Amino acid sequence: MDMSKDLVAASATPLVLAILAEGDSYGYAIIRRVADLSGGHLQWTDGMLYPVLHRLERQSHVVAKWSESENGRKRKYYRITKEGRAQLAAQQRQWQVVDSTMRGIWLRAVSV
Amino acid sequence: MTTLADRPLEEQIAQWRAYLRRRQAVHGPDVDELEGHLRDQLGALTDAGLAGDEAFLVAVKRMGSLDALSREFARAHSERLWKQLVIAPGADESAKTSHTETLVVLGLAVAAGLAVKVPALFGVPLDPDQELPPFYFRNASLFAFPLLAIYFVWKRRPGVAGGLWLALAFVAGAAFANVYPFHTPERLDNSPVGSDTQVLTALHLPIALWIAVGFAYVRGRWFADGGRMNFVRFSGELAIYYVLIALGGGVVTAFTFMMFSAIDMNPAWFVAGWLLPCGAAGAVIVGSWLVEAKQSVIENMAPVLTRLFTPLFTVLLLVFLVTMAWTGSPINVERQVLIGFDLLLALVVGLVLYAASARDPQAPPDFFDGLQLLLVVSALVVDGVALAAIAARISEFGFTPNRVAALGENLILLVNLAWSAWLYASFLRRRGSFAALERWQVAYLPVYSIWAALVVVVFPPVFGYR
Repeated sequence: MDMSKDLVAASATPLVLAILAEGDSYGYAIIRRVADLSGGHLQWTDGMLYPVLHRLERQSHVVAKWSESENGRKRKYYRITKEGRAQLAAQQRQWQVVDSTMRGIWLRAVSV
Repeated sequence: MTTLADRPLEEQIAQWRAYLRRRQAVHGPDVDELEGHLRDQLGALTDAGLAGDEAFLVAVKRMGSLDALSREFARAHSERLWKQLVIAPGADESAKTSHTETLVVLGLAVAAGLAVKVPALFGVPLDPDQELPPFYFRNASLFAFPLLAIYFVWKRRPGVAGGLWLALAFVAGAAFANVYPFHTPERLDNSPVGSDTQVLTALHLPIALWIAVGFAYVRGRWFADGGRMNFVRFSGELAIYYVLIALGGGVVTAFTFMMFSAIDMNPAWFVAGWLLPCGAAGAVIVGSWLVEAKQSVIENMAPVLTRLFTPLFTVLLLVFLVTMAWTGSPINVERQVLIGFDLLLALVVGLVLYAASARDPQAPPDFFDGLQLLLVVSALVVDGVALAAIAARISEFGFTPNRVAALGENLILLVNLAWSAWLYASFLRRRGSFAALERWQVAYLPVYSIWAALVVVVFPPVFGYR
């Protein structure tokens, strides 16, 4: 399924925050998790994740730390902060409003 | 980790890294992070059964186009599009060298500042209550230029012979500035006035010695690898940086006066005796270092100013000529008029020089080249008219050192511009190349210094130190 660019962009921040709320992670693993969760329907261009992560880091929603990965390479791990969790909660509420509104109108549209 | 079979893959990754590294908005650690991602992806793909190069193609494709990627990075880090000068050392330069360089530069800048205070130990004080002794005017360039040359010698290591030639040049400069028994006529209030030849020495010694700095700048190889044009670029940028630093110094001075006056103290002795003279000498070194550090980082300003002011000056000169022809009013030949027209020619030469410094010699002639020719020709005509007016009365004036110096400079600049106009014209008619004009300009550089040296060395005895 081809997702619209705007929708992918808008969902990126809450998705990344939600994945990091499960536990610390790094870029490649986040991409894999998104693919798993969406059953392969949400495909990001891999590189685009990093500007999102860096923006979140700048807004203090996540903190980053370089440490060694299991295969001996340096890897940048991200951890969600308290502000990040607050942001995630706020975004969740917004998406829920969007989601319930859509459900309402779609039920009617189908019944028409 | 790299086996022989992996070698092509490693090379491909290195190449991809290099492409990424060239993007302004993507910094070193980001490249590391993205490379880590690429390698994770490669690992997963090869585990799934793809061959190395196939996996590489897929992984790179999934990473997204470099243009789109660097655009996103630029949006996330917009400050990176503003190139930071002092804070970030160059990517290829190790942090240690730039650290040592900073220390050397600061040391030399402090040394230049202190050099200004050395004569005070030998009975030539800088006193804010008195007029500046002529000694300081004559020797102004000797406080900073030798240390600037030392900086370039340290940085480029031109060898012992080159260093000795430089030292010789500065010693000779110091000698000629100080051994001549200049007359020091006194004003009514007994304050000393510099004699004409002394003022000429003060004005020309920096021009004569600047070429020694250039010699150090090009690592003693005056004729090699476009070094002279680089020195021209360096000089222009240094002038701009120096003005900027001077503006900052003016702000510091103003605040010094404001704050200490508020507690009823007069900081004049500090400002005039230390802050201004030491700062002026030290700023030459610091400004040069900034130009050195930023040459690859920020666009050169001098060519930008040239582009802005070439049309303006062309219009000014044309309007002047038309007005003069229309009204028929002759040039009012007064004392300073020759020097004024010298400065005009020097400015036009500067515009031609800096336009040439920023131009691709291979590019075909364009509108701007035509404009340059128009500028040069109109400057020649204006100067010709002025010279005719002055020549008519030259016998009346007699030959004073100032007038001979001004006439000589006029002649030198006139020759430069006349031949430049010819070269421009043949370039525009596609009979010659732009490189010829560039060669002419850089080949002419020593002429200015040689003339300046002549004025310093020959004029005082010839004119009896008046």
